[in-house]
Amino acid sequence: MSTIKLTVNGKAVSADVEDRTLLVHLLRENLNLTGTHVGCDTSQCGACVVHIDGRAVKSCTVLAGQAAGSNVTTIEGISKGDELHPMQAAFRDNHGLQCGYCTPGMIMSSIDIVNRHGGKLDEETVRQELEGNICRCTGYHNIVKAVLDAAGRMKVSQAAE
Amino acid sequence: MYETTYHRPSSVDEAVALFGKGKEAKFLAGGQTLLPVMKQRLAAPSDVIDVARIKELIGIEPTGDGIMIKAATTHYDVATSGTVQKAIPALAYLASLIGDPAVRYRGTIGGSLANNDPAADYPAAVLALGATVKTNKRSISADDFFKGLFSTALDDGEIITAVSFPVQAKAGYSKFNNPASRFALTGVFVARTPAGDVRVAATGASQNGVMRVPVIEAALKANWSAGALDSIKVSDSGMLADIHGSAAYRANLVKVMAQRAVTAAG
Repeated sequence: MSTIKLTVNGKAVSADVEDRTLLVHLLRENLNLTGTHVGCDTSQCGACVVHIDGRAVKSCTVLAGQAAGSNVTTIEGISKGDELHPMQAAFRDNHGLQCGYCTPGMIMSSIDIVNRHGGKLDEETVRQELEGNICRCTGYHNIVKAVLDAAGRMKVSQAAE
Repeated sequence: MYETTYHRPSSVDEAVALFGKGKEAKFLAGGQTLLPVMKQRLAAPSDVIDVARIKELIGIEPTGDGIMIKAATTHYDVATSGTVQKAIPALAYLASLIGDPAVRYRGTIGGSLANNDPAADYPAAVLALGATVKTNKRSISADDFFKGLFSTALDDGEIITAVSFPVQAKAGYSKFNNPASRFALTGVFVARTPAGDVRVAATGASQNGVMRVPVIEAALKANWSAGALDSIKVSDSGMLADIHGSAAYRANLVKVMAQRAVTAAG
C-alpha cells in the first residue's frame, strides 16, 4: 500500500491504494469519478483517456503511483459549472455519441488534438489522431464533425478569455 | 495484475540499486507494453522501478556527428523535436507513427529498445542508422544489440541511458500498419552513409525480430533508387506468418516498403 497524492480537477487529493492500482481505478473507485471508463483492458480503446499534466493518456495504462504529484483532469473537470466545455457542447450538437460509453475518452483525446493543432486542424488529422479511441456506435462521422466544430468554438472561447 | 511494489528512484544509480534488491524486478519506463502485459498476468515483477522521471534520462542533444536521445524521452517528444526533425527527419517521422497519440505521450525510446518487440518501429531505425545504445555500463553497437525476439544484449539490471544516432547521407522509413494494433505489419528503414554504404533494416517481418536485408542493401548500393529493387526477390524463409499475412506476403512487403522508404529518403 502507498499513499498517493495528486491533483485531480484542480483539487489536491490523496488515496491509500495498492501499488498495482491503475490510475483509472483510483479515479473511479477511490474518488468516485466514474466518468472515466474502462472499455477494453488492453490499452487500445481509449475510453479511459484523461489528461496528465495536460497530455491525453490512457489511465488504464498508468499506475496510480506513476501519476503521483501530477495534475490530472478527467471528463468531470472540464465544464464550468453548468456550462459545457465547447468540446462537450459540440458533441451534443453534432450527435457525436450514441451509447456514450466511449464519449469521455473521445472528448479528452479531442481536446488534446485541438490544443496541439489549433486552427490548422483538418478532417484527415482528426481521423488519424483519434485512432486510439474506438467507438462501436457512431461510425465516427459525427465525432469527426464535432471535433472540427469544437476546434472553431475553442478558438473563439479562448479569444474571449 | 498481480501484486507488485512500485519505486520511483531519482537517479540511474538508485534505480540500479533498487533493481538489485528486488527478487524479480523490472524497469518501468512509459509502461505502454509492460503494464498491458502485467494486466494480462503474463508478467509478474516483484518490483517495478519507474525510470521515466529520472532527469538525466530525458532530453535530446545534438552531438558532433548526429544526435543523442536519452532513454526516457517519449515518442511524442522525439516526433516533435526540432533537433530530430532537422538532423534525421526520418527518425522523427518514425516516432510519429508509433501506436496512437496517447501511447506516444508515454512510451519511450529506451523502453521500446529494451523490449525489442519484433514489430516495434525503433529497432529498425537503430539498426539501419547504425546507432549506438548507451547503458549504465557500456556502449553497444546496433549490430550487437538485438538478439532475436524480445531479446537484447542487455544484462539483468543493465539500463539503457541514451541512444546516439549518426546523421547519414540519406534516411527514410516506410511502415505498413497492422490496422488494429498499429504495430508494423512490416516496416523498413533505409539509410545511406556518407561513404556510400547502405544499411536496410526491416521490422515486423522476421521471426527473429528486426533484421538487415542484404539483398536490398546490395541493390541500393549499386543504384540508390526505388526502381533498383523492381527485380529483387526477398526470401520468405524465416518470415513471420499469421492471420494478418503469410511469409511470402511479408517478404514482398519488405521490398515494397523499402522502395517507398527510398523514395521518401530522396
